[in-house]
Amino acid sequence: MSIDAYPQEHVGREVRPAPDRYRNVLGKYKIDRSADCISCGKCVEICEYGVHQKPKGYAFTLRPQDHLCIGPECAESESSCINQCPQNALTMRRNPSTESMGDPRWSSDLIVSTWHMAETGHAAPPHLNSRTGDSGGGFDKIRFKFETGKFADPTPVPADEIGQIDLGLDLNRSGDNRPQVHIDSPVYGGGMSFGSVSIHAILAKARAMTAWNSFTCTGEGGYHDRLRPYDDHVITQVATGLFGVREETIQRVRIVEFKYAQGAKPGLGGHLLGDKNTPPVARMREAVAGNALFSPFPFHSVYSVEDHKKHLDWIKEVNPNCLVSVKVSTPTDVDMVAVGSYYAGAHIVHLDGSYGGTGAAPDIAKKNIAMPIEFAIPKVHKFLLAEGIRDKITLIASGGIRTAYDALKAIAMGADGVVVGTVEMVAMGCVRCACCESGRGCPRGIASTDPELMQQMTLEWATQRLINLNNAWREQMIEVLARLGMKSIRELRGRSDVLCCISDEATPGGGATESEPVFAGQVTR
Amino acid sequence: MPDRYHISVAPVQPRFHRVGKFGNVDWREDCSRCTNCVKLRCLYDVYKNESAFNRDPETRVETLDQCKACLSCVQGCTKGLLSVSINPGFLEMGDDYWKPEIILTTWNQSDAGRIPVSGAGYRGRFHGPGFDSIWTDMSEIVRPTRDGIHGREYISTSVDIGPKPMRLRFSPEGRLLTSPSRLLELQLPAILDLPRWPVESEHLTAARAAAAEKLETVAVVPAADAAALPKERLPHIAPVLRSDEIEHYGDLLAAVRMGQIVDGRDVTATVAQLQSAYPTLVFSVRMDLTPTTVDRVIELTGSGVKVFHICADHDGRERLDDGRPGRHIKDVLRDVHGRLVKEGMRDEVTLIISGGVALAEHMAKAIICGADLVAVDTPLLIALGCRVCGGGSLCDNGRGCPSSIDSVELNYATQRMVNIMGAWHSQLIEVLGAMGIREVRRLRGEVGRAIFLEDIEKEAFGDLDRVSPAEVGA
Repeated sequence: MSIDAYPQEHVGREVRPAPDRYRNVLGKYKIDRSADCISCGKCVEICEYGVHQKPKGYAFTLRPQDHLCIGPECAESESSCINQCPQNALTMRRNPSTESMGDPRWSSDLIVSTWHMAETGHAAPPHLNSRTGDSGGGFDKIRFKFETGKFADPTPVPADEIGQIDLGLDLNRSGDNRPQVHIDSPVYGGGMSFGSVSIHAILAKARAMTAWNSFTCTGEGGYHDRLRPYDDHVITQVATGLFGVREETIQRVRIVEFKYAQGAKPGLGGHLLGDKNTPPVARMREAVAGNALFSPFPFHSVYSVEDHKKHLDWIKEVNPNCLVSVKVSTPTDVDMVAVGSYYAGAHIVHLDGSYGGTGAAPDIAKKNIAMPIEFAIPKVHKFLLAEGIRDKITLIASGGIRTAYDALKAIAMGADGVVVGTVEMVAMGCVRCACCESGRGCPRGIASTDPELMQQMTLEWATQRLINLNNAWREQMIEVLARLGMKSIRELRGRSDVLCCISDEATPGGGATESEPVFAGQVTR
Repeated sequence: MPDRYHISVAPVQPRFHRVGKFGNVDWREDCSRCTNCVKLRCLYDVYKNESAFNRDPETRVETLDQCKACLSCVQGCTKGLLSVSINPGFLEMGDDYWKPEIILTTWNQSDAGRIPVSGAGYRGRFHGPGFDSIWTDMSEIVRPTRDGIHGREYISTSVDIGPKPMRLRFSPEGRLLTSPSRLLELQLPAILDLPRWPVESEHLTAARAAAAEKLETVAVVPAADAAALPKERLPHIAPVLRSDEIEHYGDLLAAVRMGQIVDGRDVTATVAQLQSAYPTLVFSVRMDLTPTTVDRVIELTGSGVKVFHICADHDGRERLDDGRPGRHIKDVLRDVHGRLVKEGMRDEVTLIISGGVALAEHMAKAIICGADLVAVDTPLLIALGCRVCGGGSLCDNGRGCPSSIDSVELNYATQRMVNIMGAWHSQLIEVLGAMGIREVRRLRGEVGRAIFLEDIEKEAFGDLDRVSPAEVGA
């Protein structure tokens, strides 16, 4: 309950269709219709997926809605539109535009399937791999045993009890006298500051998490007044720059997060490029517009666990009813960091792995500094268990949680819940072109405060996309728990025995032989 | 305020055709000329720049190489006619190790010496072979200079090359017997090495030497090519020569600060002879990385050689007896470093490594694995537009270099080399800063401040049951 009880808005969690906001929707496959087409309508009759449409009264068949096409599985069958077309006017291929989108971490399949979930509110169709990316390691190397067929399946939850499966999580496990904070699903939204993303993106995140009784986080850009109706579902972030942090922004929320480091740029602090520091952003941050803003690393008043405790005590004093979360990166001694946070009095330790998202970070930091979250979770979980304090603190993981399956794997490895960020951006239409930081910012109007660009996306649409995404994740989580025979997400925590790891294939030797060098290291031919 | 080390980077427009990652491959018929793609959708004016050719025939036809693949035009096209795809020319660049992405980021860094910064998270493979299976540590609370980003100039990147006596020796009368250390202090833990393949031209040698002077480091140069260099450049080169050539280069050796002798049977005697003839010079032995390198380094160290330049293959691997590639240099380095520590000789010795050092992080990671500094080769060529065609095998195919590297102008080449090393230097400081380490000398052999895939994966996933890739259809 917020301190000054600003009237809180109710947001429903109903799933409604929220189609792509662009005219041409991207799918995995592309259907080309040649000039030989005579608009006979045969394809319209055949296709059960709605790829071909010829509205009543139209003389011609419409341009194929090829994003609905499920690909070769259908196309190669005798009864497909391709094979049944009397003019042979139809062909199918992989969509080159879709292939140019994404990367090994976030494959184009993951992006398109996230769009599908955001549009429909339900899991993506099987022709899209919506569970793993192509990165070859981490979550992409881990599977649930039931996915492999190699291991005996556990007894599933009876069909009539699936409705009772509980995804909820209590965040205060410390046993102090502070209020309990319950979230309905083990997922909440990561910090994105006003400035790094548009107000529409911030509000949509907050509204969707309000609908799902979870949280979003302000990031380090101040607390926008328009977030007030969602105070009960907002986390105030206190980061090293203290941009826009005031006593009342700490007092009005139920969770306050101390950000020590961010996974994508661990040890480096934050950086808002001057271009994105527009007058409204500067006003919120109490800074000068157009100047690059640095959030220094680290907190200069923290050298030790005792100093850290002093910080947390300060927050607890300012807001006697809030829980305190500590967001840290994943150094080699991340387990010690977690224990230190516990002794300092944190309710939540939030580990942010090194492959997580960011509005701008040096490429060298994103790839090389600190460990990916997949390694940090079991390390910390096991250490906290050994210390006998695992049940006194909530462990939240973020930084590379892309899918519902990633989230479930993280929980099975030892986290209580996860924080997501990039997947929310993707649901709002991000293609991961990585241009969030340059010039006017995001060309798709999500990570931009440019007044013209941000109008590409309406608040209602973005909210619905995120509500739908949460619903789709929820359905997938319940399905997995049912298969594992678990009635609660809390049962899954630390159950790494339900997971298996894909073994490494032999590393190819590779490389051509070379002739003798003139000098060592130099090649002649 | 005392002078601090500073690399003077400056914008230099590339004079080669830059191959972009994305391109428009399909602009089908029936365009309605609504110009939405050009005027409204493309934030980066890619279409406008391309069509500049239509107005001015002198303008070079720019394909859509600057496209960022935001797909706004594709998705916004009134008639759905546009497609963007990954440029096949981009994918053709480089080889298995020198990937197109490495080439592109090196070009970008050479333009103005800036650190590459981007949005979104990490976009590559989870890990890779060699240096890509190491993560560096960070410190949650320690910043070496306690003043955030403004303290970076206080982080030292200087290294010493040369023999370092472990203790001073005195005569019974108290006279110092140990000869003064001959140490060459470089401000950057990198020297500029010979190109890997025969593209050497006078221009390039001169540019490397000039860049080395600006960077306060040295450029490795074949002794025969040094004659063409201006005299003032000689202190910034390290001529490389064989034992049987030294008598021809007396004047040259008198003018330089460091020399490299190719490993061979007489190398110990040669180095001893040179050290007594040129007491202020530092001599390193240049050797291929082979399975016997560890033993060879220990043997030579025992007989008085204290500086080694170990050259791995182009992709950072050791050369086996049958010519096939073996272990990655990061693994061998840990062995060499470990053996030297065990023998109590590590601090006497300077290890320079080259081969497979393609990105700034490789420099940091090589030092973590035990090198004192690295020698940079191919990135200096890439800075000038090299595409590592066929892994460097196509330079002399008679069709000429697509980037005309053999005819680059001296100042242009120098500044682009300075820029790339400037960007690397800044990135090294980012890594050191994140680790809370104030000087690069302390990074050497700090394997406890790094995360190695083989260790962490065992710790994190070791207790999970295994399945083969075939069993999950991966």
